[in-house]
Amino acid sequence: MKVDRRSFLSFVIGGAAGTALSPLPWKLMDDSSIWSQMWPWTPVPPDGEATYENSTCSLCPGGCGISVRKIDNRAVKIEGQPGHPVNDGGICILGLSGLQMLYGPTRIKAPMKRVGERGESKWQEISWDEATQILADKLTDIRNRGEAHTVAAISGSDSGTVPALLQRFLTAYGSPNFIRMPSGRDADELAVKTLFGEDGRTGYDVENADYILSFGSGLVDGWGSPVRMIAAASTWKDKNVTVVQVDPRLSNSAAKATRWLPINPGTEADLALGIAALIVANGAADSSAVSGFGVLKAELLAGYETGKVAQTTGIEAGAIVELAQGFARADRPLALCGRGKGQTATSLRETAAIYLLNALAGNINQDGGMWAIPEADYIQWPEVETDTIASAGLRQPRIDGAGAGKYANARYLLNRLSEGVNGSGPYPLQMLMVAGANPCHDLSDSAGFTGALAHIPFIVSFSSFQDETAAMADLLLPDHVYLERYEDVPVAAGLHQRVIGLSKPVVSPQFNTRHLGETLITTAKAMDAPMADAFPWDDYETCLEESLAEKWDALMEEGVWVETDIDPISDTIRVAGMNAPAIAAEGDESGFPLLLIPYDTLRISSRTVGDTPFMIKTVADTVIKGLDGFVEINPQTASDAGLKEGALATLTTPRGETRVRVHLFEGIKPGVIAMARGLGHTAYDDYLAGKGVNFNELIGPVEDPSCGHDVAWGIRAKLAKA
Amino acid sequence: MKHEQKHNPPMKYGMAIDLDKCTGCGACMVACMSENNVPFKKDESNKLDSITWIRVFKLTNGKAYPDTDICYLPRPCQHCEGHDGHSPCVSVCPATATDYSRETGIVSQIYTRCFGCRYCMAACPYHARYFNWWDPVWPEGMEKYLSPNVSPRMRGVVEKCSFCFHRYQQAKNEAYLNGESRVSEEAYQTACTQACPAGAIVFGDLNNPEHRVHQIVRPDTKNGNKSRNPRAFRLLERTGTNTKVYYLSSREWVRRAGDNYLAHEKTGQVSKPHH
Repeated sequence: MKVDRRSFLSFVIGGAAGTALSPLPWKLMDDSSIWSQMWPWTPVPPDGEATYENSTCSLCPGGCGISVRKIDNRAVKIEGQPGHPVNDGGICILGLSGLQMLYGPTRIKAPMKRVGERGESKWQEISWDEATQILADKLTDIRNRGEAHTVAAISGSDSGTVPALLQRFLTAYGSPNFIRMPSGRDADELAVKTLFGEDGRTGYDVENADYILSFGSGLVDGWGSPVRMIAAASTWKDKNVTVVQVDPRLSNSAAKATRWLPINPGTEADLALGIAALIVANGAADSSAVSGFGVLKAELLAGYETGKVAQTTGIEAGAIVELAQGFARADRPLALCGRGKGQTATSLRETAAIYLLNALAGNINQDGGMWAIPEADYIQWPEVETDTIASAGLRQPRIDGAGAGKYANARYLLNRLSEGVNGSGPYPLQMLMVAGANPCHDLSDSAGFTGALAHIPFIVSFSSFQDETAAMADLLLPDHVYLERYEDVPVAAGLHQRVIGLSKPVVSPQFNTRHLGETLITTAKAMDAPMADAFPWDDYETCLEESLAEKWDALMEEGVWVETDIDPISDTIRVAGMNAPAIAAEGDESGFPLLLIPYDTLRISSRTVGDTPFMIKTVADTVIKGLDGFVEINPQTASDAGLKEGALATLTTPRGETRVRVHLFEGIKPGVIAMARGLGHTAYDDYLAGKGVNFNELIGPVEDPSCGHDVAWGIRAKLAKA
Repeated sequence: MKHEQKHNPPMKYGMAIDLDKCTGCGACMVACMSENNVPFKKDESNKLDSITWIRVFKLTNGKAYPDTDICYLPRPCQHCEGHDGHSPCVSVCPATATDYSRETGIVSQIYTRCFGCRYCMAACPYHARYFNWWDPVWPEGMEKYLSPNVSPRMRGVVEKCSFCFHRYQQAKNEAYLNGESRVSEEAYQTACTQACPAGAIVFGDLNNPEHRVHQIVRPDTKNGNKSRNPRAFRLLERTGTNTKVYYLSSREWVRRAGDNYLAHEKTGQVSKPHH
C-alpha cells in the first residue's frame, strides 16, 4: 500500500500519543530504574540476629561506655551506652567511627618485618612465633652486652595494665627509658605535686559550678572527657551558669560561652595572676587555702597591677575587673586550664596561676570545684626482682634527661629524645618500641623526630594501623583494635571520680593480630630468667583478671567501676613557680610578623588515631579543599597581606614552610592565624593522606624553664601570597 | 486510610533542635552515615556532591571582630508537609519514588523506583537531597559494617534522610509482637537524636501531647503548624513548606537567619497562605 507523508506522520503521532496515554511509559520508567539497579556488585548486607554488646571506647582518654550493635558476628553500629556514668548514652564523632577503623584497609593484618629501606613501607609477613623470636633475640643480645638501658619505649599512656606491663618489661630488662607522650597530664601532675605536695591529678565538678572561667580549654571541643563536657555544657544555659572563655580565637567553646574574651596568645598566666591580684586586693580571697598567703599577696599586688595586665593580655582593664568580681562573687566558681583538647602541656607558671584562682575562690575539693585526688592504684603486682644487669641499667640517666639536673621536675620529656639520640645524649639508643602513640606525626617538630630515628638501629611498632610511626619501623607486631580486646580503661580526663572501664572484645580479632599484653608476656617468657620471672601470668587475660581482683566480677557485669568516695590529697596549696618568665613564641617579630596558633576540633582527631573517612567528610571546605589545608585569618590582616578568601599562600615559620589557603574569619584576633591540628598525614590511605598540613611540622618544642616540658603555645609566622 | 485513622490517629514525626545546645561536634552526621550505609569518596571537599543526609551548617552573625558570633545548625530532611501532604519534592517526582505518608508524616524515598531525574533535588528548598553520581566504593573490609536494615544505593538514585524509617519499621514490629497498639516514644528514635552528646535533638510525634517534642514545639495546627514556643523557628517558614524540623534559639540573629528577611520585616512573621 502507498504510504504518503501525511499518513505516515499521522500514524507515528497517533501511535506516540496513544502510547503516552497508556501505562507503558510509566511501566518502562519503573522497570528501567529497577533493571539499572540490579548490578551484581550491589552489596547486600547479610541479615542475621541483632544483638547489642557493651564495651568501653579507648580512642581518646575520655572513657565513654559504648554499646555495639551486631548482626551475627558483624559489628554494624557503635552507640553510646545509656546510663553509663561518664557519657550516659551520648557519643562523639570519633567513637562513632570506630567500625571504619576496625574493618578498614589501614589495619596491619599480621606481624611484618621490613624488607625495603626504612620508610618505604615494604614488608614481609611473618608468623607470630618468628616475630616474637626476632624481638626476644634482639633484646637478649643487647642485654647480654650490658646495654639494656639503650632500649626505650614510647607509650601513649602510663596507666592501665598494658602500659604497666610495658613499664614492667623495661624495669625487669634494665632500662629507665619508658617515655609517655607529652600532654596536659605532664603539666597537671607537676602542678599537683608542686602545689599540693603529693602525686595525683586534678578533677573538675563542672556539672555543679555556677561560674566557669576557661583559659582556652576546649569545653565543647574535646577537653577532658568530651561527651561528659558537652553534656554538662548543655545544662549551663538553663542553670544560668556564667561561662567565660578566654581564647585568641572564637572556638566553638567560645561561641557557646556567655562571654568571649579575645586574649593575646600565650598571656593566659598573666591574666590569671591579674585576676588573682584583684581578688586578694578586694579582700575576697580564701586565704586559708593558700599557705604563704601574705607573701603571695605582696607579690601579686606588686607585679600584676590591672593596667599592666591589660597591656600584656590585650584585654581591657574594665573587663579584667568585671571578671575578678564575677569570679569572686559566684557561689561555685571554677577555673579551667589546658588549651584546646589539653594535648599540650601548659607551663608550671600558667597551671599554678589557674589552680591558684581555684584556691583563692575556696573551691578546692568542694562541690562545683577543682579536686586534687590521688591516682587510682589498683595494680598491685609483686615487685620486680632485678638482676645485676637490670640494676645497672636502671641506674643509667634517662635518654630524655627527665628526672635529673635542670629537668629534675619532669617525669617524661619525649620532646628531648631527638636531642638525646643525635649525639649529644648520654649514650646511643639501640632499640625503640612504640605502643599506643604516633610520635612521627603527633610530636612537635615531627620532622625532626622522624629524622632522629635514623640514629636508632631497630624500631618496633605495636600499632594496629599503618600510621607514620609504623612506616618508620623495622618490625610490626600489631595489637588488636580496642573492639577486639579485653583491657582495663582507667579514666582520668578531668573527672573528679575515679573510673575504670572494661573494654571487651565485641568481635573476634579480624586479622592475625595479637593483644599487646600477650606479646609482652610471651616475649618475656621467651627470654632468660629475670624477664620470664617478672611475668608469672599464663596469659594476658589471667593477668587482667588478677589485677582487677575484687572488681573483676562487677566489671564483667556492669562494664564500669566508679569510685566516688575518694580522700583528696589536700585542701590547701603552697604557691610556687609564679616568678618564672612568660613563655614566648619562637621567632622574631620583624621576620615573622604573625602568630600561628593551633586549634583543636572534635571533627579532626589529633592524637594517635587518624580521622576516618566518615570524620574527614564532615570537615568544612574552608578547612580542607582537595588536598589544600587552610589557615584562619582575620580579614583585616588578610587585606594587609593582599590575600583574598581561598587564596594560596606560603606559610613560613622558623621551623618550616608550607603552602596553604587562607580562610577569612572575623572570629580571630588580628595578627593571629590559626591552623587545625591533626591533618597533614602521610601514612594511612588516600581517604586521609595528603590532606592539609601537619601543624607539628611548623613548630618545635619550647622548654618550660622549671621542668623542660614542651609548652609551646604557638610560633611566629609569615604569610605571603603564593 | 480512613479506616486506619479511626483506630490510630495519624502521627506526625518531627524534631526540635536546640541551637543553644548544638556544639557543631558533627556526631549526628557520622551517626547518620553509620546507621544508613551512606557512602563516602576519597575527596569530600566538594560539598555540592558530598552526601550527608544530615549536615551541620555554620552560621555567623556577620559582625566584625570582636563582636563575631557563630552558631551551628544541623539540617536533616525537613519532611515538609506543604499543604495537606504536598511536599515540594513529592509534587514533582515522576516516578512516585518519594511520597508523603499521612500515617507518620515522613517523606519516604524508595530507591528502586527512582531513576535519577533529580527533579526533586531542584524542588527541595533545603538542599536536603543527594544524588549518587557514582557507585559507592567501600574500601576492602568495610562492607562488613553495612547494616542489613537499610538498602545500599547504587549510582543514579537520589537519597535523603528518612527519619531512620527502618527503626520505625522495627519498632512497629516489636510493638505488634508485644501486643501494643502504638510505637512508644522511646522505642523509635533516630540515630542522630540518639548520638547527640548535647541532647540538642529531640524527636517524636508532634501530634502526641505526651511526647517531648510536642511539649517543646506546641505546634498551632490552625496556623500552619507554627510553633507557640517563642524560641522556635523553621527554615524558610514563609514559603509554606510546613516543615517538621523546628529549631530553637535564644539569639535573635539566629532566628532571623532561618529565612531571607528583608531589613524591614519582623522575624517570625509568617504570611498567610494565598489560597
